[in-house]
Amino acid sequence: MLFLIIKRILLGLITLFIVSLITFVGTEILPGDACTTYLERQAFGEQLEACYRRLGLNVPAYERYVSWAVNAIQGDFGYSLSGEMPIKEVLGPRIKNSLVLASAAIFIGIPIALILGIVTALWRDKLPDVAISTVTIFAMTIPEFISATLLILIIAIWLEWLPGIVIVPTDVSFLELLPNIILPVIAIAMIMTAHMARMVRSSVIQVMASEYVQMAILKGVPYWKMVFKHVLPNALLPAINVVALTIAWLLGGVVVTEVVFNYPGLGRLVIESISNRDLPTVQALAIILASIYVSINLLADLMTLMLNPRLKTLQIRK
Amino acid sequence: MTEIIQKVKNLSIGFKSKKGEEILILRNISTNIKKGETVGIVGESGSGKSTLALAMMGYVKHGLYTIGGECEFNSSNLLKMKNRDLEKIRGRKIAMIPQNAGQALTPNLKIGYQIDEALQLHSDLKEEEREQKISELLNKVRLPSPETIALRYPHELSGGQQQRVAVAMALAGTPDLLLLDEPTTGLDVTTQAHVLELLNFIAKDTGTSMVYVSHDLGAIAQVSDRIIVMYSGEIVLEGPSRDILKKPIHPYTYGLLKSIPKLSLAGLPQSMPGSQPQPGTMHRGCSFFERCDFSEEKCKSNSPQLEYLEELNTSVRCFNHKSLMNDSQVNQTVNKIKTSLQDKEILNISEVSISYAKQKLLDQVLNRISDDNPTVKDININIKKGETIALVGESGSGKSTILKSIAGLLRTKGGIIKFDQKRNLSSDLKERDPNDLRIIQLIFQNPDESLNPNHTVEEIIAQPLKLYFGLKGEELKKNIIELLQKVRLGEFYMSRYPRQLSGGEKQRVAVARAFAAKPDIILCDEVTSALDVSVQAAVLNLLQQLKEDFGTTYIFVSHDLAVVRAISDRVAVLYQGRLCEVGPSKDVYQFPSHPYTEVLLGAVLEPDPDIKPKLVAEDIVEEKPPQKGCSFQGRCSRILGDICKNEIPPWQITNSGNSIRCHIPLKELQKNQIN
Repeated sequence: MLFLIIKRILLGLITLFIVSLITFVGTEILPGDACTTYLERQAFGEQLEACYRRLGLNVPAYERYVSWAVNAIQGDFGYSLSGEMPIKEVLGPRIKNSLVLASAAIFIGIPIALILGIVTALWRDKLPDVAISTVTIFAMTIPEFISATLLILIIAIWLEWLPGIVIVPTDVSFLELLPNIILPVIAIAMIMTAHMARMVRSSVIQVMASEYVQMAILKGVPYWKMVFKHVLPNALLPAINVVALTIAWLLGGVVVTEVVFNYPGLGRLVIESISNRDLPTVQALAIILASIYVSINLLADLMTLMLNPRLKTLQIRK
Repeated sequence: MTEIIQKVKNLSIGFKSKKGEEILILRNISTNIKKGETVGIVGESGSGKSTLALAMMGYVKHGLYTIGGECEFNSSNLLKMKNRDLEKIRGRKIAMIPQNAGQALTPNLKIGYQIDEALQLHSDLKEEEREQKISELLNKVRLPSPETIALRYPHELSGGQQQRVAVAMALAGTPDLLLLDEPTTGLDVTTQAHVLELLNFIAKDTGTSMVYVSHDLGAIAQVSDRIIVMYSGEIVLEGPSRDILKKPIHPYTYGLLKSIPKLSLAGLPQSMPGSQPQPGTMHRGCSFFERCDFSEEKCKSNSPQLEYLEELNTSVRCFNHKSLMNDSQVNQTVNKIKTSLQDKEILNISEVSISYAKQKLLDQVLNRISDDNPTVKDININIKKGETIALVGESGSGKSTILKSIAGLLRTKGGIIKFDQKRNLSSDLKERDPNDLRIIQLIFQNPDESLNPNHTVEEIIAQPLKLYFGLKGEELKKNIIELLQKVRLGEFYMSRYPRQLSGGEKQRVAVARAFAAKPDIILCDEVTSALDVSVQAAVLNLLQQLKEDFGTTYIFVSHDLAVVRAISDRVAVLYQGRLCEVGPSKDVYQFPSHPYTEVLLGAVLEPDPDIKPKLVAEDIVEEKPPQKGCSFQGRCSRILGDICKNEIPPWQITNSGNSIRCHIPLKELQKNQIN
């Protein structure tokens, strides 16, 4: 068991190493570098040399990779170009804001998804299922940028209930941020919740058709006891991995939504730094997003391992 | 007269087809279950026997509905009862023992909890008393160390143990009626015999009524007082079990009994033509009309009614039962198999061992397999051209593993497999050339899984013809039609998809595909075990006929000793991947034999209430072959002592050429086995 956990963690670290290599090599291959971008037309002769020296670009690429990697592990991603300030400081509040947005979507989305999925499965082909399923399929097919725009149009512009665009400084306090995040959270949560609800539904339906559920019925187990003891634990186990994938996939949704709402989070930073050719920041963002992705999947794997008696005992026996 | 516990009255259950027609699964069933009796319900798959058993608990599967009739228990109709009231009857008054306990136990709950749940629901015992009761129940179903079993999860038990847990769970509510839905199908022969013996004991001990549903007349014969024979949703024969098995007065039962291979008879049983009509395709007249040897003109248009014969206490649905009554002692005639044995050896398997152990990195680099206790070891068999050799043993005996290695699907760890004295086949599949692949073909157990559902029969059979012989166009088509005729399927089957065929027809297509490659050797992996009894004999007869026509060699794997007896020239008995006994089949089935063969033969269930299985050894499951000594030492009832534990037994050869691998001298072996 322990061996398996260590193995999974090691695999995750290897993935991160490869991602860092790819982004590094990618930024190397692209024509131009930080200094030519920064100096623009003055990028020649003495000035360019000086810039190279200042940013440490005059040493061979592998040396730069090693020193960058060593610093990155310690949380130091070097200097951003546009602001000439440490990337660490640029990232800090952005990460916080994005985390607020994503976790709000997750904490609202997962319970709703579970309830909707279970309800639709238990009342399969009856009115609650037909009604909810229609809505979820509809919600699944609309991309975030459309639902976000529609939300702004209806709630912010027509009804004037909430602000449509977030115009707050990056390092605003949580309470001040709150009214601003409601619409982005809805936009993100909608598609994710719909997706998960469908997964939970099919998983529950599959378990409901299993022989052990039929056996529980024939044993005289009352309906709701059967649902909670015999159906849900077995149905939600495979759903854990799907939820993890959906959350990881939500990162992409966050980028789009943040741009639409002008929300000061990681997603907008990604777009900004790409368009500014701020390569050190892009590099740092790639690593951070990849680590989030890897750790969510790792967490899901470990949870499945802990909860599934079959996997658990198999590992112990070996 | 004894009290009636469950009364089924004019029960019809069915479903609505896509076209809106009402299709009947059960047609007007009426029967009574009396207190304390065991009733066997026998029929092929699709005959409605499981639907009937479930209806007796007031349960109708999703998609089906009750069209008419009732199931009366304690003078109330279960099929009209509310769920809340049913919960009080299910498990407490009527309990179910499911077919596949492995899938019927909830995977995330411990054994102890699942039994406790039944006790909580159906008894007033306090917690400590319940704990006591769980141990008692597990003890009653003869599970070793109940306290530890209770703490395990279902997947940590063997198939036989899971089935016993299911029995314990059903007994927890002290029911008046036990419904058993194929409770021993899917268990090993020895385990099956043990579970049946346990059920018999419980029936006597508790006085519970039982309804035993099975396709296996052998199992039914061991447990039931009365037998109900079902055919396409109807009861065709119902009466005391001895009469039904000895003097069946319905042509279907008669034919069924004739088509079951028996241990005492070498040779292939007569097959019953055709297959059971699908629900919804029934027309006027008797549903058995098309397959019946005794049919007359009136059977075609009039359906016979179930008729009660006072003097026999039997009900029968046939116009002609009187003529059957006079001559219905089942005189089984068999088609003696012709051996087409030639002197030339076609396949030599020498010193073969196979390992499933995961390879360590070093071994992978060096491209070797290191495992000092491999799954299969020391296999030496020389197979003659035209021979049918059978590999028998329980699950885990390595019989399928050996087939896989011959087919090249699994690398051998050591030893040589040689074809025709010259070509070495012990290497991997990738290293075999197309001709090596052609000469050996496989037929699998389950045609549902071995035929591609998206290919038509034509495409399925065309593939080997194109691949090995490069046939095209008219010639290809001609060959396909010829092959179809060989397996007794008409030309019109070419455009059909596997799902449009019955089980027997699908297996025929699989046989045709194997023969399309014109192979020298065909490996048959449990080819009849997924088929109904009445179809099994037909497929066996077909295989025999094709062998005589083409001179093919068969390597036949089966757990069913009676089937093996019917078709094979020679038998090899395997235990834990080691050979125990090899010899001509007539000798292997006679004593003296290896103690393990004795166990297997003793556990065979014959469809005859007078032949009881002999339980020689415990049905424990061993996970790994022992490191040294005899492979059967763990279960042998005649173990001699240290010699069996430390030394690999020598091969002893009997006068008739039967080789037995045992430390016990042949004369000693025979002594105790003659009884």
